[in-house]
Amino acid sequence: MKEVILIAIGSAIVNNVVLSQFLGLCPFLGVSKKVNTAAGMGVAVIFVITIASFITSVLDVVILQKFDLVYLRTIVFILVIAALVQFVEMFMKKSMPPLYNALGIYLPLITTNCAVLGVALNNVQYGYGIGVSTINGFATAVGFTIAIVIMAGIREKIEYNNIPKPFQGSAIVLVTSGLMAIAFMGFSGVI
Amino acid sequence: MNRCIERLYNGIVKENPTFVMLIGMCPTLAVTTSAINGIGMGLSTTLVLVFSNLLISLLRKIIPDSARVPGFIVIVASLVTIVQFLLEGYVPSLYASLGIYIPLIVVNCIILGRAESYASKNPVLPSIFDGIGMGLGFTVALTCIGAVREILGAGQLFGFQILPLADAAAGKAGFTPVTIFVLAPGAFFVLAMLIAIQNAYREARRKKGLPVKERSGCFAGDCASCHNGTCTGRVFTVGTDEDEKDKE
Repeated sequence: MKEVILIAIGSAIVNNVVLSQFLGLCPFLGVSKKVNTAAGMGVAVIFVITIASFITSVLDVVILQKFDLVYLRTIVFILVIAALVQFVEMFMKKSMPPLYNALGIYLPLITTNCAVLGVALNNVQYGYGIGVSTINGFATAVGFTIAIVIMAGIREKIEYNNIPKPFQGSAIVLVTSGLMAIAFMGFSGVI
Repeated sequence: MNRCIERLYNGIVKENPTFVMLIGMCPTLAVTTSAINGIGMGLSTTLVLVFSNLLISLLRKIIPDSARVPGFIVIVASLVTIVQFLLEGYVPSLYASLGIYIPLIVVNCIILGRAESYASKNPVLPSIFDGIGMGLGFTVALTCIGAVREILGAGQLFGFQILPLADAAAGKAGFTPVTIFVLAPGAFFVLAMLIAIQNAYREARRKKGLPVKERSGCFAGDCASCHNGTCTGRVFTVGTDEDEKDKE
């Protein structure tokens, strides 16, 4: 139990998916203008990454490892994830309209495909089982949500600042991310 | 033949994926902790890009339009797997330092972007040269960024000490490395500077009345301009027809 908690804290905060692994940068920069939308995006990412980690891990343990096909991981994972994101959207639209209305607009934007695939690959690389993989996926996505919500909060304030012209737009956001990354590096002593 | 040379020039200079188009930024930030990692990642991506352009161009009349993106993804993922094995077998140290960013070449915007916008519409030879040009452009960019970070962060270039380090104990004056540049935050700062310089350059061109190329990709601010099928979340065409009907 203790190890699982450490893995979760490690993925959520210490090795933050955006700020130290650079995965999911596109939505991090694109959907972080307002706290509300950033939080919506965060919840959608948690939803998708948790399901994706579970499914890719089940496939890996039940099929790929059992039949000695681990070399097919990259191909299988990317196709499963691509299909899954689309399927989740269709399923939500038909059977969970309230949830779809809240998160639907973010699902096609789950440009986090690189984060989703990154988490799945991390899970197999560290040899996590199905349960730990799912928790690790959830924790990683929570880390993404923490980062994007903080970023959105800062950006709402940056709006009113006087920024040199070449730095307006994504440049100042990247400088801010760099400063956040320094702050998050401080957590490396936690585990 | 002219067309091939034009493609090379286009990829390396005119539409350089990193410096001009600002696409494929995730691996750019993650692996450029040193110049040698930059070269390794750049060349691996080039290899995948050349062969994916070749195969996709060859198969462009066979792959049906509705199965286009999944088809491209399978081709790219297979090539990435091959490259992964080659690196693991022949350059294990590079394989270890690039880690999961090698399989992540699959989701690199440049590869699917070139497949969609060039290789699937053009003959084989120009497509190969397009892949070589874009790949080398990416390699050059990664190596430059890696070199800057390595020099600032460690005073080294390709692993050799080029700036003599200061040694306070011996009372020797010299260069004090800014370690932050080889760590994660440094990547953000370097990229921020790159974008700021580019913005200033574009602004200067605009003032002179010269044409400015439109940016595509993640830093253009909207995902719609992206050619990458995996980015739009609409890889498979199943169900989209039904969605259209719902709208009607």
